[in-house]
Amino acid sequence: MRYSPGRYIATGVFKMHCTKVLITAIGLLHAGALWAQMPSYSNIGRTPTKQEIQAVDISIGPDGKGLPAGQGTSKEGAAIYVTKCAICHGPEGQGGKIGPRLIGGKPDADSLTTTRPVRTIGPYWPFATTIWDYINRTMPRNQGGTLGANEVYSLTAFILAKSGIIQENDVMDAKTLPKVRMPNRNGFIPQKFSDIPDIRKRGCRQGLCP
Amino acid sequence: MGSDGTRFRNEVSVKGAFMNPKRSGRRQFLKKAAAIAGLAAGSGSLPANLEAEPVPERIDDLHAYGERSHFVNSLRTGSINNPERHLENEPQIFGLKTPLQDSVGMITPSSLHFINSHGFEPPDIDPAEHRLIIHGLVDRPLMLTMDELKRLPFESRFHFIECHGNSNPSGAFGTARLSPDATVQDTHGFTSCSQWTGVSLSLLLKEAGVQESASWIIAEGADPNKHSKSIPMGKAMEDVLVAYGQNGEPIRPEQGFPLRLVVPGWQGINNVKWLRRIGVVDEPYMSNLESTKYPSLKLDGKSHWFENQMGPKSVITRPSGGQRLPGYGFYEITGLAWSGAGAIRRVEVSIDGGRTWKDAKLHNPVLRMAHTRFSLPWKWNGEEVVLQSRCTDEEGVVQPTLKEVAKLWGTDIDYFRKITLTLANFNAIQPWKVHSDGSVQNALY
Repeated sequence: MRYSPGRYIATGVFKMHCTKVLITAIGLLHAGALWAQMPSYSNIGRTPTKQEIQAVDISIGPDGKGLPAGQGTSKEGAAIYVTKCAICHGPEGQGGKIGPRLIGGKPDADSLTTTRPVRTIGPYWPFATTIWDYINRTMPRNQGGTLGANEVYSLTAFILAKSGIIQENDVMDAKTLPKVRMPNRNGFIPQKFSDIPDIRKRGCRQGLCP
Repeated sequence: MGSDGTRFRNEVSVKGAFMNPKRSGRRQFLKKAAAIAGLAAGSGSLPANLEAEPVPERIDDLHAYGERSHFVNSLRTGSINNPERHLENEPQIFGLKTPLQDSVGMITPSSLHFINSHGFEPPDIDPAEHRLIIHGLVDRPLMLTMDELKRLPFESRFHFIECHGNSNPSGAFGTARLSPDATVQDTHGFTSCSQWTGVSLSLLLKEAGVQESASWIIAEGADPNKHSKSIPMGKAMEDVLVAYGQNGEPIRPEQGFPLRLVVPGWQGINNVKWLRRIGVVDEPYMSNLESTKYPSLKLDGKSHWFENQMGPKSVITRPSGGQRLPGYGFYEITGLAWSGAGAIRRVEVSIDGGRTWKDAKLHNPVLRMAHTRFSLPWKWNGEEVVLQSRCTDEEGVVQPTLKEVAKLWGTDIDYFRKITLTLANFNAIQPWKVHSDGSVQNALY
């Protein structure tokens, strides 16, 4: 029963078909064989509850699907930043001994072609949703998950505004955040997500993808 | 760790064999229990069977759980919040490298497997409380305990795990890697090889019933970073393991106890430790590391992301940087070779700076996406020589020279030591220079 990599048919359908065959086979063989039930592991594990899934289903992708209700602006974010972030990332987001630099660097491609490229959020990151996702899951350091949705929206807005990508008064929420266009969005190859997995098509060789 | 400290611990353990506090505690408990039993029976004397019950010997710690000889002092090295490593744009690195110069065979002891957890400490997870949840675009979301995972069919496979930044001459570890005094631990210590045991991810995904619209998974850890990584469904269904065993024992805490992903041949970042969740999704989620730290930024300003598969790489581990040949005569040159594309088909060794090459012997086992041990007999006559190895994998791809890597990048070789970023998948041939006094030095440049 080898699964063909590359085709992802709904295995539920396949299994139902398989079960019918098995039932027939068991009938013919007088249901004697204990092994006939293989390979079903249906009694192993259980269905998680909605709450159990929600507790870990925290990833937010570029389309913003799953972003919670709530909102925030850069102004609100500035106040939170002072109390919860500045100790590691510095009062101006310039970075410190523990936290990396958050703000700075020219938001254009020039800085990326030098031998000291600036890869801070504004000039480098392709998606604004990644900021939300990372703050929400990991920040503050070792206290990830303690910030409320409004706080995360506000801090995301603060970084985006300080990086010159949105205005001070722009409200970030589940609708506006995924629409924020990051300056370096087109700086990543391959641009189309569907082209990523095929390393031969991408011309990767000797472990490198030129 | 000095041998004094080890010897001191030995003494403590030997004493412990005679005066074990737990053992005496058990004796007292037995006496109390016997007294209570005696009272209940209305008799002052101890029942004979209790009195006679043999007290199990508790073996001292060194015998119960072995330790290496105190003459052996090979350790992981690297940086944990070392301020010297701190770069302007980068957080401090938690990276500890495997002492490949001391390695024999193709297995890395679990205790010496390299660590790179992006600045976060391993969580302390009770396996009885740990759960793996598979959800998203599946017909039947699934939650499994560790015990349930161990009931399922398992696979044991040898695979290397290699950090994408291993052996690259720039970034946080660049100075140490480029130093003439660099050891093979400094240059190549971010790769390790283990026998991993666990459940095939494809089995779990089939149990959950992957829906037609699914094309990626997100794997997520339970560490403070909640590291998450998007992996294309093709790879997830091909050969990924949900592993609970490493080299015959449970995976160690810093390696992901109790559960981790092993993604054969792919950049280390994919091998999510402390695995708690597999989300089945329809696009890469572009989490922090995969979309902002691991893309390979090229000179044209474009970043190549998800360069997942590691290329063919080899390195001589003996003689290697920092070692000294004690005199002329016979030496067995040995090293390791590996490739993300599959098995190593051939390793060649040059003793004349790359002008001529000789086939090295490949030592069994030679396995796909695993370290392969190679060796070549050699007689040193005291001349200055440059030793290097190059490997060819099952797809016929040959490990490139530094110049060839530069050509692939569209640049010159000096670029690699000037750029401040960690370069991805750098797999250039590593030369070691043997001086006439027998000392061995890093000769990448």
